[in-house]
Amino acid sequence: MAGSIGRRVILGIYALLIIVPLFVVLSGSFKSTKQLFDAPFAPPSSLSPGNYRAVLTDASMATAFVNSTVVTLSAVVITLAVGSLAAYGLARIPGWRGMVVYGFLVLGMAVPAQSNMIPQYVLFQSLGLLDSRIGLVLIEIVATLPVAVFIMTGFMRTLPRELFEAGSIDGAGPWRTYRSIALPVSVPSLAATAIFLFVIQWNDLLYPLLFIHDPAKTTLPLALLNFQGEFLTNYPLLFTGVIVASAPLVVAYVFLQRYFVAGITAGSVKG
Amino acid sequence: MSVSEKSPAVRTGEPRVALRRNRGGGRAPKVHPALWLFPLPAVVIYVIFFVGPTLQAFQYSVTDWDGISSAFSNVGGGNFSRITTNDDLFRGALTNNVKFLLVVVIAQTALSLLLALLLQRNSKSSTALRALFFLPAILSSVSVAFVWKFMYDPNFGLINQVLGGVGLDRLQGAFLGDASKAIYWVALAQVWAHAGQLMVIFVAGLQQIPEELYESAELDGAGTWARFRYVTWPLIAPATAIVVAYTTIQSFKAFDLILGLGGNPPKGSLDILSTRIYTTFTNSRFGYAAAESVVFMVIIALVSFLQRRAVRLTQHGV
Repeated sequence: MAGSIGRRVILGIYALLIIVPLFVVLSGSFKSTKQLFDAPFAPPSSLSPGNYRAVLTDASMATAFVNSTVVTLSAVVITLAVGSLAAYGLARIPGWRGMVVYGFLVLGMAVPAQSNMIPQYVLFQSLGLLDSRIGLVLIEIVATLPVAVFIMTGFMRTLPRELFEAGSIDGAGPWRTYRSIALPVSVPSLAATAIFLFVIQWNDLLYPLLFIHDPAKTTLPLALLNFQGEFLTNYPLLFTGVIVASAPLVVAYVFLQRYFVAGITAGSVKG
Repeated sequence: MSVSEKSPAVRTGEPRVALRRNRGGGRAPKVHPALWLFPLPAVVIYVIFFVGPTLQAFQYSVTDWDGISSAFSNVGGGNFSRITTNDDLFRGALTNNVKFLLVVVIAQTALSLLLALLLQRNSKSSTALRALFFLPAILSSVSVAFVWKFMYDPNFGLINQVLGGVGLDRLQGAFLGDASKAIYWVALAQVWAHAGQLMVIFVAGLQQIPEELYESAELDGAGTWARFRYVTWPLIAPATAIVVAYTTIQSFKAFDLILGLGGNPPKGSLDILSTRIYTTFTNSRFGYAAAESVVFMVIIALVSFLQRRAVRLTQHGV
């Protein structure tokens, strides 16, 4: 094929553009500031864990890590549960009534977070849910519910109607059909949706920034952002923070790549 | 493109429960009333915590409420007339946002399409490179911001070091320190983070184009460019529309990246609409911030509408 050399050159350059900065960040997390500035591209002279120790003890990153894990896992599970229930019902209710409810829920994807965050803040304040992990879980569910319903309804609609009817003929009600037919059959798409939600909620900065002021309740992106103010140009420490915050997702990505791609793509098609 | 296409395992459930009885005729089956209970939790959460606050934003937007005092007055359209005619900060943020949007939409769409064209076949190396290019999309935008903060650092940053190393010192720059161009450099970081993600949408679109169309075009003597222009481009129009629409919304929503690279609150040269609303809000001007957020919503709706019209026009035009 013509242009084969050009193809390799372009792909090679772009691969370097992705790999080199990430390598500099990873190797930089094992260096001192001076080592990083003198030879940013060189591999670290030793894998000294000093920066990691500093990050995990000094800067409340350890707390943030635990909070991010707890908040994200809870929010993902609840969003999946509530969203898959809705998706199942809406995929099975025929005609315009189901469509209206679906359209109403999915319309939320068109509303940017900055448009309703102020009244949300006031509402959460009045409910005593500011500076609370429960409040954070709730707002993450609320913010991602429309897109979750969108993805999962899209999937449930592709399931053949006979699948559900077979269940009802055997005398199973909608709940039994949901539990023992719809859910098991949907595992791959639920997994993709779960990963999509996990990536968004794990990485979210806006709501922690708005709702959390107590350092004991902080999450990783917020801790990272505050980090910047603290260690203005101490890049090795910033890089260590980046690695700590990204490691769980990157490791999971290596093993569950197709689900990441499927989930994030499904989310971006309309999200 | 949908989840189901990527998940062949789903299909295995089908044959086991195959057609035990097919109801005659195409009549819609009766809805089991309990089915209405299934969307209920989602609807309740959504109405209380999402729809309610969205409507309230309109209510706040005509007040001068500071978020604390119980007394505030109705200022009617006062906030709106100030935002649209007499607010340099808002106008600056809007200008920056438009610049950011244009660069990201054009560069990201072009780059992701180019990468998809080069990697559309499912060979081992293509699959591996697609996975690599997608990787930055799973990093948090704050992390991406820190990576690029170092790339752009005027004294120690990677870009200036590389330029100095190869004798191109005169191209070295202040990047984010140069107020007139800073927003473009942030746009570049955004493209780096998401081009691989949108590439996947193009790859899915490209793989749906039947091979015969290329073959017959080749028989007709069409060269590489002609094949792209008359076969590929019109047939990936739906994917292009998705990519452009998504990238547009994404450019309005960019928030973390701006705070990461521009500070909190961001410097004026990097302020965009979402960060402007946030800063107004943190200054306890709830009413005014709500008005800004309403204008923001209208701008996004308007841009999306115009874009949809434009896509429809070009599709009928070709």
